[in-house]
Amino acid sequence: MSGLTRRHALIGASGLLLAGCDRIVASPTVKGVIGLGEKASRSAQRLVAGNALAPEFSAADISPVFRVNGNTRPTAAAYLDLMADGFARWRLAVDGLVARPLSLSLAQLRAMPQRTQITRHDCVEGWSAIAEWTGAPLALLLRAAQVSSRARYAVFHCADDFDGTPYYESIDLSEAMHPQTILAHTMNRQPLSVGHGAPLRLRVERQLGYKQAKYVMRVELVDDLARFYGGKGGYWEDHSGYQWWAGI
Amino acid sequence: MTIATNRGIMNAMASSPLILRIRWPVRLWHWINALSVFIMLMSGMMIFNAHPRLYWGKFGANFDKAWLEIGNHGTRGYVALAGHEVPTTGLLGYAQSTALAFPPILTIPSSYGLSAARGWHFLFAWILVASLVAFLVYALVSGHLRRDLALTREERRPSHLAQDLWDHARLRFPRGEAARQYNPLQKIAYLSVLGVLLPLLILTGLTMSPTMNAVLPWLLDLLGGRQSARSLHFIAALGIAGFIAVHLLMVVLAGPINELRAMITGWYRLPPERRP
Repeated sequence: MSGLTRRHALIGASGLLLAGCDRIVASPTVKGVIGLGEKASRSAQRLVAGNALAPEFSAADISPVFRVNGNTRPTAAAYLDLMADGFARWRLAVDGLVARPLSLSLAQLRAMPQRTQITRHDCVEGWSAIAEWTGAPLALLLRAAQVSSRARYAVFHCADDFDGTPYYESIDLSEAMHPQTILAHTMNRQPLSVGHGAPLRLRVERQLGYKQAKYVMRVELVDDLARFYGGKGGYWEDHSGYQWWAGI
Repeated sequence: MTIATNRGIMNAMASSPLILRIRWPVRLWHWINALSVFIMLMSGMMIFNAHPRLYWGKFGANFDKAWLEIGNHGTRGYVALAGHEVPTTGLLGYAQSTALAFPPILTIPSSYGLSAARGWHFLFAWILVASLVAFLVYALVSGHLRRDLALTREERRPSHLAQDLWDHARLRFPRGEAARQYNPLQKIAYLSVLGVLLPLLILTGLTMSPTMNAVLPWLLDLLGGRQSARSLHFIAALGIAGFIAVHLLMVVLAGPINELRAMITGWYRLPPERRP
């Protein structure tokens, strides 16, 4: 066999090998088995995490530049309209499986007891950035709204979208009631910039970056995630198959 | 020399004895671990592709200084170590017409897919940890660790280790009765994987999980922050890749058929003694 044809044979063989591997990766049965890993991680982490607090850092640890990512400027007319007068007419809705639905202005959110924390943001891609966040603990809002015992998840509806598909995310109630889970309006002592999710974003500190929903407009309490969009509990979960459990 | 021993040597040269060298729990663990490690290396490379930069400290992102980066300028791949770029087109950064740090031939999945790579990585992390714990318990209880892996007092002497190094450098591997046991460098290599690299990979892996940071904050402090843990995870994985390369080379040099049979069936043919 000449060098050239041997090389061709090698390339052909590696191509077949790759195609074979990808067929395995894409098979629904295999995907189901792979999903067992996520279930195991979620159960194990739920078991050991309890109400443990995410590490907090000192002011000296804050990242000099906190990069923006995902959507950095929503284009929906309704959002741009609210932005035009500095979110004076913006309201946050808390509804769904609650006894008393809420509609809160930024001023009302700021008037509630606040929590400030310096925490690390971990993107699923691997980078990390540290910043100081101030906002209202989500648990306070949920108590005020009197969440039904049937509710299992909090769904965050956002003002941004990818090609017309709205961004949304969801967390379970134990993460929602965690003391460090806040709806932040202030970052590094400045009002949240549009790039980072103005006027309000979620901070859920024991989870990866895609859970930290920006441009939050509405918190809906639900018992099931299946009826939202792709049914997997979040934009990236629906769109790219990211794991709903983002604790790892 | 008696006739009997003469005959023994003759027999040994004609067909040296088969010995049961590797018991089934070790063989089973070896293959489960080999599969897990390969899948974790390949899916790990795809996870690295999502952000092919490494940092030291508590945080690190695009605007922070990376100590290692694998990237590309157009169709030219490079590896930048502490800011010094080395061209690696065709291997890393840009290969197989793909602008990814690690090329498609090395990764699971072969085209960019972070969520799928994470799925594989975290499923096999469970398998790797469970099988490693089972193996370590077996190794302790059965005496495998003490009998086969621990270095004897004699083997720990620097002159003995130096001799073993010299023998390895000349590719003179133990034969006859001496080949019943692992040699000292071999033991050190296995113990480094079992006692250093795999535990470091598991601990640094856990340290990258934000939920585990809440549960084990001391681990985060011990490893110097999440981005340091990510860098150490990468370095330990390189160590495992290096071990695999040397391990496979040794299998080939020592006689691949005999070695493979031993790891599959347990039976190993002692290489005959050299003629004096």
